[in-house]
Amino acid sequence: MSDITMRVWRGDSTGGDFESYTIERNEGEVVLDVVHRIQATEAPDLACRWNCKAGKCGSCAVEVNGKPRLMCMTRMDTLPEGPVTLTPMKTFPIIRDLVTDVSFNYEQAAKVPALLPPPMPVDGYRMFQQDVERSQEFRKCIECFMCQDVCHVIRDHEENKQHYAGPRFFIRHAELEMHPLDTNDRREYVREEAGLGFCNITKCCTEVCPEHIKITDNAIIPLKERVVDAHYDPVAWLGRKIRRKTKTSATEAAVQPAP
Amino acid sequence: MTTIENHDYDVLIIGAGGAGLRAAIEAKQQGLRVGIITKSLLGKAHTVMAEGGMAAAMGNVHSEDNWQVHFRDTMRGGKYLNNFRMAELHAKEAPERVLELEQWGALFDRTKDGKILQRDFGGHRYARLAHVGDRTGLELIRTLQQKVVSMGIDVYMECKVLQLLKDSNGHIAGAAAYWRHTGEFVTFSSKTVILATGGAGKSWKFTSNSWEGTGDGHAMALWAGSELIDMEAIQFHPTGMVWPMSVRGLLVTEGVRGDGGVLRNSLGERFMFNYVAPMFRAETAETEEEADKWYDDHSAGRRPPELLPRDEVSRAINAEVKAGRGSPHGGVFLDIGSRRSAEFIRRRLPSMYHQFMELAGVDITREPMEIGPTCHYIMGGVKVDAETTATKTPGLFAAGEVAAGLHGANRLGGNSLSDLIVFGKRAGEGAASYIAAGGGSGKFKQSDVDAAIAEALAPFDRVEGENPYDIQRDLQDMMQANVGIIRTGTELEFALSELDKLTSRVQNIKVKGGRAYNPGWNLATDLPAMITVSRCVAMGALNRKESRGGHTRLDFPEAVAEMGSVNFTQSSSDGKWNGKYQIEGKPIPKITPELKTLLEEAK
Repeated sequence: MSDITMRVWRGDSTGGDFESYTIERNEGEVVLDVVHRIQATEAPDLACRWNCKAGKCGSCAVEVNGKPRLMCMTRMDTLPEGPVTLTPMKTFPIIRDLVTDVSFNYEQAAKVPALLPPPMPVDGYRMFQQDVERSQEFRKCIECFMCQDVCHVIRDHEENKQHYAGPRFFIRHAELEMHPLDTNDRREYVREEAGLGFCNITKCCTEVCPEHIKITDNAIIPLKERVVDAHYDPVAWLGRKIRRKTKTSATEAAVQPAP
Repeated sequence: MTTIENHDYDVLIIGAGGAGLRAAIEAKQQGLRVGIITKSLLGKAHTVMAEGGMAAAMGNVHSEDNWQVHFRDTMRGGKYLNNFRMAELHAKEAPERVLELEQWGALFDRTKDGKILQRDFGGHRYARLAHVGDRTGLELIRTLQQKVVSMGIDVYMECKVLQLLKDSNGHIAGAAAYWRHTGEFVTFSSKTVILATGGAGKSWKFTSNSWEGTGDGHAMALWAGSELIDMEAIQFHPTGMVWPMSVRGLLVTEGVRGDGGVLRNSLGERFMFNYVAPMFRAETAETEEEADKWYDDHSAGRRPPELLPRDEVSRAINAEVKAGRGSPHGGVFLDIGSRRSAEFIRRRLPSMYHQFMELAGVDITREPMEIGPTCHYIMGGVKVDAETTATKTPGLFAAGEVAAGLHGANRLGGNSLSDLIVFGKRAGEGAASYIAAGGGSGKFKQSDVDAAIAEALAPFDRVEGENPYDIQRDLQDMMQANVGIIRTGTELEFALSELDKLTSRVQNIKVKGGRAYNPGWNLATDLPAMITVSRCVAMGALNRKESRGGHTRLDFPEAVAEMGSVNFTQSSSDGKWNGKYQIEGKPIPKITPELKTLLEEAK
C-alpha cells in the first residue's frame, strides 16, 4: 500500500509549528493507530491523550483536517486523499502537541448542583423505562468535549468562558432537570449562571457528538423553553413577586448534603 | 536541592476508577481528608470500558435469586480458589451498593414494574446484571465521579505515581509522583494509601486493556512488602475483535451472548455443545432446541453452552481455531444478526453495533462478528484481608482489580463492577478504622523520594540507549507467545529468561525530548511495573502444575485436587523491581461449614 503523510502540530503554549511524518499505510487503521506508530518510531515524545481506543472514554479528541474527531474512531480510509492534518482542540489552552488543558470543563462540572432525590425506599426507587430514557440519552456522554470545542460562543470568544457552561453542561443540566428523582428547580440557575441564553442554536455541537446525542433538539431547546416559562411568563413573574419560592432552588441545593 | 510540592491527606487513593472513587466517597463520608490521584483525566479510567453490567442478587427478574446462589456461582466460576469470605461479603452486599448508586444519579434500565432490570451472563444462574444498555461501566464511573465532585474531594489528574513511601517503622506514609503536564515531581504524605490501580493486561499484545493497565499497583505493593497471590490466573475474554488488526483485542461484550448470540465455527456448527465440562453438564442444554427455549423462559430448558464461564469458552474457541475450523482472520463467528431483530440489537447493544460498523465495516444486525480470546482481566493481585482490604504492609489497602481473592481462578462477567463498589467502600472503611486506631504517621523518608526521582530521571541522562517503545513491543510479543492462554513449562522458563534480558534493556532506556507531557518518558516509568507483573505471572504459572480457571497448562491439562487449596504467594525481600522475588504455596482460608454446605448442595 501507498504511504501517508501526517502533518502534526508540535509545540506548547509558547508556540509551535507543523511537522510532517511519512509512514506506510496499513489496512483498517484509525488515525490513532498511525499516531501510535509515529510515537513508537520517529517521535516518542509526541504528546496525545488516549485511553480506551474504542470510542468509550472520549480522551483522544483532536481536530483532524480542522474538524474535531475521536482519533480512535476515525478510519484513515474515510479521509480524503492527501496529507492528514492533526491539530489540538482550538477552544482550550495548549499543554503540548495534541494535548490541551481541558480544566474549564472540570470547573464547570464542579458548579453543577448535585441531584437531590427524595429518601430512598428500603427496596429501591421505582422508575419506569419511558421516564428514565430522556436522561439516559444525555448520560451516554463520554466527555470528549468536542461539543465544547466547536461551540463558537467560547471557541471565538475567550471572555465568554466566565459565564457560559457550554453544550456538555447544558445536557448535564437537562439530564438532571428531566431526572425522575430530582427535586431541584434548576431553571433560574441555568439562565443566570450557566449562560443558556448565549446559545443561538446553530447545532454545531449536535453535529460533532460521537454518541449522536441530540444536544440541541433534546436538551438545549427544551431547557430554553422551561427557562422562558419560568422567567418571562408574566403570571409566573407576578407569582414570584407575591410569594416566596416554595421549591428548592438549585443554588441552595448545592450546599445541602446529598445522601 | 529544591523543595518539592507536597500534599497531605488522611487517605490517599491511587486510581480513579470505580474502586478508587467508591473508596473516596466512603472515606470522605467518615470525615477524613481524602485525595485521589489518577494517571488520566477524571472519568477516563478503564471502568468506562465495562459493558455488560454489575452482578447483584436483587431478584428483580427471577425472585428465586439470592446471595447464596450468587456466592455459589462465584465460587464455582473461580474453581474454588476464591477467598470464601470475600465471595460471601460480595454476594451479600452487592444489592445494597447497586441501589445506593441511584441516590447519586445512576439510571439503570428498568423492569416493567419500575425496578432495576437484570440481564443474563455467563456462569450466573439467574439474570443478575444491573445494566444500562451496553455502557454500564460509563454509568458507574459517571455516577461516582459526579458524587465525588459534588463532595469536593481533591482529584489530582494526569499525575503518575512512581513509588509508595514508608515511614521509619515500615508503615505506609505516602507516595512520590510526577505531573504529566509539566514533568515536575510531587509528593503526597498520607496516613493511609488505598491502591485502586486496576489491571495489568498491557503486557500482552492482544488485550482489551488501555495504556493504563500496566500493573502499577500490583508492582508497587510487592515492592512495598505486600504479597501477591494467584498471579497466574489471567482471564482471556472469549470475545475480542480479531479484525482489523489495529483493533485486535478490543472487547465485544458478553451481553451479545446473554441476549441470544451464538458461537459458530467455519462449518457453521454451534461448537460449544462439544465443550461442556463435567461440572457444568447438569445445568447446560444438550441440544440447540433446548438452549433456544431458555432465553425466554429459564424453566423451559437448560442454559445455552455459550454462557459457560469465560475460561471454558475461551479454551473452546482456541481449540476450534487450532483444529482448522476458525474464521478467515483466526477467530470464530459470533452471530446475533440471524437470531434477533435489527431493532432489538440496536437497542440492547448500541455500542457494539457502532463499534463494528465504524471500525470493521460490519453490520452486526445482518452479519456475524469475527471474534477470538483477548487478555482482559487479572484475577491475581494483592493479598488482602476480606473485611478491611488491608494488605500485609500497615496502612496500605487495595480494592478492585489490583486486589486478589474474590474471583479465585476465574472471574464471572459482571462480578467486577460489583467488586469495585463492595470492596471500594470496604477499603474506605478499612482505612478509616486504621486511622481511628491511631495508625499512620505520614512521615516518609526524603531519601526514598530522592531515589525514586533519580531513577525516573536516569533515562534522560544516558547519552545512548534504547527506545522504550521497542522494549514494550518485545515484552508484549514475548508474553503473548509464551504466557498466553495455553502454557507449557518450557515456554514459561523461556519467558523468565527473556524477562531477565528485558530487565537489562529497561535499565538502558534513553528518553528523547523534554519532561512535559512526554509519552516516551511515561512509558519508561511504566516498564518496571510491567516487567514485575509479567515475571510474577510467569512464576505463578510455572509453579501451578495443573490447569484451573484462567490458567491452562498443556503439560498438566487436569485440575489437581491438592492445588485447589493453595494460593501461590509472591513477595519481594529487597523491594527492588529488578531484584528477586520469592514464591511459595500457602493454604487458602478454610471455608466455614455453613458455606461449605451451600457449595455441596449445588454439586
